[in-house]
Amino acid sequence: MTTMANRPSAGTAHASTAAVEPELRGVQTITFAKALTLAMSDAMASDATVLVFGEDVGTLGGVFRVTDGLTRRFGEERCFDTPLAESGIVGMATGMAMNGMKPVVEMQFDAFAYPAFEQITSHVAKMGNRTRGQVRLPLVIRIPYAGGIGGVEHHCDSSEAYYVHTPGLTVLTPSTVSDAYIMLRDAIASPDPVVFMEPKKLYFSKATVDLDALRARYDGDSVLPSSIGKAAVAREGTDATLIAYGPSVAAALAAAETAAEEGRSLQVIDVRSLVPFDDETVSAAVRSTGRAIVIAEAPGFASMAAEIVARIQERCFHSLAAPVLRVSGFDIPYPAPRLEKYYLPGVDRILDAVDQLQWEQS
Amino acid sequence: MTNHPEIVDHGGYAGHGEDYLLPSDAPVQLIAPEGAPMTAGDYKEPYALPDDATLLDGYERLVIGRRVNEQAGALVRQGRMAVYPSSYGQEACQVASDMCLRSSDWLFPTYRDTVAILGRGVTPMEAFESLRGDWHSGFDPHQYNTGLPTTPLATQLLHAVGVAHAAKLRGEDTVALALCGDGATSEGDFHEALNFAAVFHVPVVFLIQNNQYAISVPLIHQSVAPSLAHKAVGYGMPGERVDGNDLAALLAVLGHALERARDGGGPSLVEAHTYRMEAHTNADDATRYRSAEEVAQWVPKDPLLRLQKYLSDAGLLGAADTERFAAAAEVVAKTIRDGLNTETSPDPADLFAYVYSEPTPQLREQAFMLAEELSAGQPLEGAQS
Ligand SMILES: Cc1ncc(C[n+]2csc(CCOP(=O)(O)OP(=O)(O)O)c2C)c(N)n1
Repeated sequence: MTTMANRPSAGTAHASTAAVEPELRGVQTITFAKALTLAMSDAMASDATVLVFGEDVGTLGGVFRVTDGLTRRFGEERCFDTPLAESGIVGMATGMAMNGMKPVVEMQFDAFAYPAFEQITSHVAKMGNRTRGQVRLPLVIRIPYAGGIGGVEHHCDSSEAYYVHTPGLTVLTPSTVSDAYIMLRDAIASPDPVVFMEPKKLYFSKATVDLDALRARYDGDSVLPSSIGKAAVAREGTDATLIAYGPSVAAALAAAETAAEEGRSLQVIDVRSLVPFDDETVSAAVRSTGRAIVIAEAPGFASMAAEIVARIQERCFHSLAAPVLRVSGFDIPYPAPRLEKYYLPGVDRILDAVDQLQWEQS
Repeated sequence: MTNHPEIVDHGGYAGHGEDYLLPSDAPVQLIAPEGAPMTAGDYKEPYALPDDATLLDGYERLVIGRRVNEQAGALVRQGRMAVYPSSYGQEACQVASDMCLRSSDWLFPTYRDTVAILGRGVTPMEAFESLRGDWHSGFDPHQYNTGLPTTPLATQLLHAVGVAHAAKLRGEDTVALALCGDGATSEGDFHEALNFAAVFHVPVVFLIQNNQYAISVPLIHQSVAPSLAHKAVGYGMPGERVDGNDLAALLAVLGHALERARDGGGPSLVEAHTYRMEAHTNADDATRYRSAEEVAQWVPKDPLLRLQKYLSDAGLLGAADTERFAAAAEVVAKTIRDGLNTETSPDPADLFAYVYSEPTPQLREQAFMLAEELSAGQPLEGAQS
């Protein structure tokens, strides 16, 4: 640790004037971003090998403020800025994970993780397999992703397909404030490397959560089963199943709400864990309604949505009353801010797809 | 012409050993911050003060560049633009880049280099199209021999190497000038670009605008090399450092580097010391990571003030000039304002038109689907934009 202690620490002087944040407890209304911060700070408090690093995560607290306060609370050895190089960040995290640490690294935006692609796909994903399980890499790569925020080029990619296609990576994406906390803690606790995809447009969404109850999941003997590999039923319904994840869950729920007013009962599944994929929950849901639509913001071609559709038709064919449809992004580069409204799968597109589910045959 | 790297002597200065690769002991300065001309410093090259007409022209460009930054800042606050990474305080680097290039040369800019892009002749509307959020770019790189402003850091440096290499193979005397920030020097692509440029001995010059910060991260967390200019040495090209707020010094140093490249002397690296006076972009809060006192220290080093004092003291800048320059800057500002205040309606059909040289069958289908939706008059949801 001597090299870290010797780091020049320019820039911290002003930040340190702020008081150390009191720990939030009990029932609180917090943002999605804050839930992520708390997940990291709780994990750091309970395990000294958990470290956070990346670009602008220290003094600034991250461009989305997700790491806000971690350097103040845990010091520069535990949460620090790196030189500006994503391959460097993930490569170094790999080595640190090989030597007893649990790095949680931040990629600043989806498209800026691409310089780290080789480290992620060639090393992070493969280490466990290459070593016949002797070296597991308990590291988390946090990636803010997807659009809906009016962001300029390279700031809105839905890049999940690259990671879900790579065997060896666990890929998670929460869509609720409590899942933000739970799933990030589960990711940090996982012995395997996790690509943790955070829908940017949810960062400042709020919900009231019981922090004591959330923390209790990780206390000593009462540790609850991990959320990894578990889809969630976001809304009950009987006529058709909408399957979504991350930024698209809200659109699915809104569509279900509108459909309900029109007398149609739509169930909504939040996939949450893209890899491992919860075939059991998804298949059971689709069998119960006999109709399914998969909704995702990424281009549809060769996508996570395509995978979900294929799995459903392989498993649920005899329960299906209509072909499984996709409502996804177009097969184009993510549009400039003033055109993104034409791209994003919204309520109308979802309801149009619902209308096409061959209702006359039921 | 062969595309095999020349393994002969690359034109290093005979008899200078390896030292010619090292930058000067201090950043080159030809005009002091107070505006006084410097007596020749002990630099590795005999850099000379540019002539009066050049400096007067440069000053006018600085005045216009500053006005562009102010105008763009105002428009982004009014919500007429999605984002504006300002080069306020760095205008001398922007202007010197333009002045040292011929129109047949290439510039490879970053997102922060709008002023330099305008100086290449790109019209304000073309330059601001991506910043206002209408499309991902707004001009034809070939029309202006100017690469698109690039956001993924350091990636454009390799494009510059490629353009320069192709120029060499084609027997053109084109040189390429590639810009990047201090933070970008940490990316792998920066190092690959320098190495490729040196190995292929191509006519490219890399200019690092070291404005001391990469968003919130100060240079000291980025590199502990003696200077960023020293990085050239490891790749076998000369490095030089220059006061990035001294237009005269920039013109001399960049001019020398570009001439060297044009004459077959190969690539070189220039580090300009400057300061990002404003936040990283309008989305950034710089008070979180640097003090007002620190920023204030850079105010007296302003590139405009300095040249203005020098020209005034030398009796080269009259009231009429000042008025004329201000008027020229107003014209540019008005063009930007008028353009951005004019409602545009980017065409959604364009989304599918250019992804491939011929849209795929799937894209045609998707374009049709969107057109149907729009003609049915469906309200679109999703984005708040
Ligand atoms: C590959 C990549 N990683 C991260 C970013 C996000 N980002 C944009 S600008 C910036 C800081 C760049 O600093 P510097 O190179 O010094 O240039 P400056 O902005 O100061 O002009 C960062 C981290 C990016 N654009 N590209």
